[in-house]
Amino acid sequence: MTALSDVSTHAMAIARWRISEVAFWVLALACAFLFPSRYLIMTDIVRLGLFALSLDLILGYAGIVSLGHAAFFGVGAYSAGLLALHGIINEPVIALVAAGLVAAVLGFLTSFLVIRGVDLTRLMVTLGIALLLEALAERFSDITGGTDGLQGIEMQPILGLFAFDMFGRTGLFYSLVVLFILFLLARRVVHSPFGLSLRAIKNNPLRAAAIGVPVNRRLIAIYTLAAFYAGIAGALFTQTTALASLDVFSFERSADLMLVLVIGGTGYLYGGLIGAVVFKMLQELFQSITPQYWLFWIGLVLVVIVMVGRARIHRFVLFVPNLIIRQLAGRKAAVAVPESDAS
Amino acid sequence: MASILTNLFDGVAYGMLLFVLACGLAVTLGLMNFVNLAHGAFAMAGGYICAVLVNNSGWPFFAALPLAFVGSAVIGIALERTLYRHLYSRSHLDQVLFSIGLVFMSVAAVDYIMGSSRVFIKLPAALEGQIDLFGVGIGRYRLMIVVICGLLTLALQLILAKTRFGSRLRAAVDDPRAAIGLGINVPQVFAFTFAFGCGLAGLGGALSAEILGLDPYFPLKFMIYFLIVVTVGGSSSITGPFLASLLLGIADVAGKYYVPKVGPFVIYTVMIVILLWRPNGLFGRTAAR
Repeated sequence: MTALSDVSTHAMAIARWRISEVAFWVLALACAFLFPSRYLIMTDIVRLGLFALSLDLILGYAGIVSLGHAAFFGVGAYSAGLLALHGIINEPVIALVAAGLVAAVLGFLTSFLVIRGVDLTRLMVTLGIALLLEALAERFSDITGGTDGLQGIEMQPILGLFAFDMFGRTGLFYSLVVLFILFLLARRVVHSPFGLSLRAIKNNPLRAAAIGVPVNRRLIAIYTLAAFYAGIAGALFTQTTALASLDVFSFERSADLMLVLVIGGTGYLYGGLIGAVVFKMLQELFQSITPQYWLFWIGLVLVVIVMVGRARIHRFVLFVPNLIIRQLAGRKAAVAVPESDAS
Repeated sequence: MASILTNLFDGVAYGMLLFVLACGLAVTLGLMNFVNLAHGAFAMAGGYICAVLVNNSGWPFFAALPLAFVGSAVIGIALERTLYRHLYSRSHLDQVLFSIGLVFMSVAAVDYIMGSSRVFIKLPAALEGQIDLFGVGIGRYRLMIVVICGLLTLALQLILAKTRFGSRLRAAVDDPRAAIGLGINVPQVFAFTFAFGCGLAGLGGALSAEILGLDPYFPLKFMIYFLIVVTVGGSSSITGPFLASLLLGIADVAGKYYVPKVGPFVIYTVMIVILLWRPNGLFGRTAAR
């Protein structure tokens, strides 16, 4: 039994809140108060962060490479839009959860397709599902509004108390609260025995199966959960922008998401959030230099990241934060190292 | 009846075009297990080289086609030697990210240099219009495509089956480690095949400008088609991708003609079903090693 208790002590030690994590969230909240003129872009970042968190759950923890994660984002976005447009569920929070659940159902159904086969098949199937949904949304344009998108969405106040304002203040704090709650949930999930078994699957599915982990069931569960998260991110998109158009399903959205996660690093939950901040800043920078051709620079960033090596970039990016942590909390302080870089 | 045959012919032409475009990818995926989403970028390069030569420099169309091949092959070998070859041993995720990055760069670069609108290549008068064959209308341009692509396919099959290089390539696809052990220079075989595949893609890009449309978003729009050809066809032989492209071409043309609203829907569904049923492709065994 000592081995078991060792494992649980170790797991609990890892799961403990670190100073750097608290600092991260305090900083995030401080930004929301400090830059009142930048609400819209910050909402954008929060939303993207949540979306990237969702991909991190399946890519960083379960090792499923997906090229079509926008499928769930899009389903969430359209669900929230349709719910609000037809007045089925007026209260944004309930609509948000409902949209997430719709995406989760889709995730559950498609997970059976995704868990089969190897990387390449997964890539193709996820990409195919996203394209399929885009084609469907275009086909049933009487429901989705086709290429014009859903128009005339009016959002009711959150919980009947906080109305969405034109500066995006409510939207930002709403998104931030949703992100934080979902982050806590994700953190609990990945540090649980369930999360540990996912990592075992990622490292070696055969061995995980041999020690009694039900590989397929675990993958289905995490894929469904990730779909739920992506659906929520999509619903937040619709609710804060009052807009849903065909490009929610686009391949570029899935590809950008990969970039976000790659910038931040996979497998430690903060990667998506940090990546979202860096990605949006890069995007702003490139768009201000060359408004039309920023795609080129995004592509260059991707190529450079891969050529230099993801692990090396993350050590470099985390160098300064880790230096500060060491100065403040002593040499032995736990520093932030992306999970994927350890191996 | 005649319209069915005309559609069938169009589908065959489209499928053969897809085969020429995608067969280089079959080698990349099958031989080195490299997920190259940027294959369409080489096709686009060939298309634009041909367009510039014909429209701006006044070259005849048939003289520009070989140059499209050579140009794309040169770009291909340059990138293979400088970038691609470092990534063969990396994870699929890295390869996907890298090739997506290349696609984005190529899209923006072509948009910058050539503009974002669709480019048309001036065709010689001999290729315009239709000829009537036993009451079936056949486009001259499509007839030319079928002839060129058919000859190319035959040539490829002969090279693979009869020449020394072909047997080396087949050995390397079947089992790279054993092939290296037998003294076959697998990286060199691969570099050469990669360049040749890019060249074919470039030729296909030049030919397809008239049918598929050539604009900076070409690599993104047709990425899924190339991948379908390779994953459905498998990469253990040349016949698999060939049959898969014919199927895809005929299905796509028929779908667009008879059920225009659900055309793309059918193709993606069929692809997903086939991949679930035979994860290694309809005709393949080594595609998804």
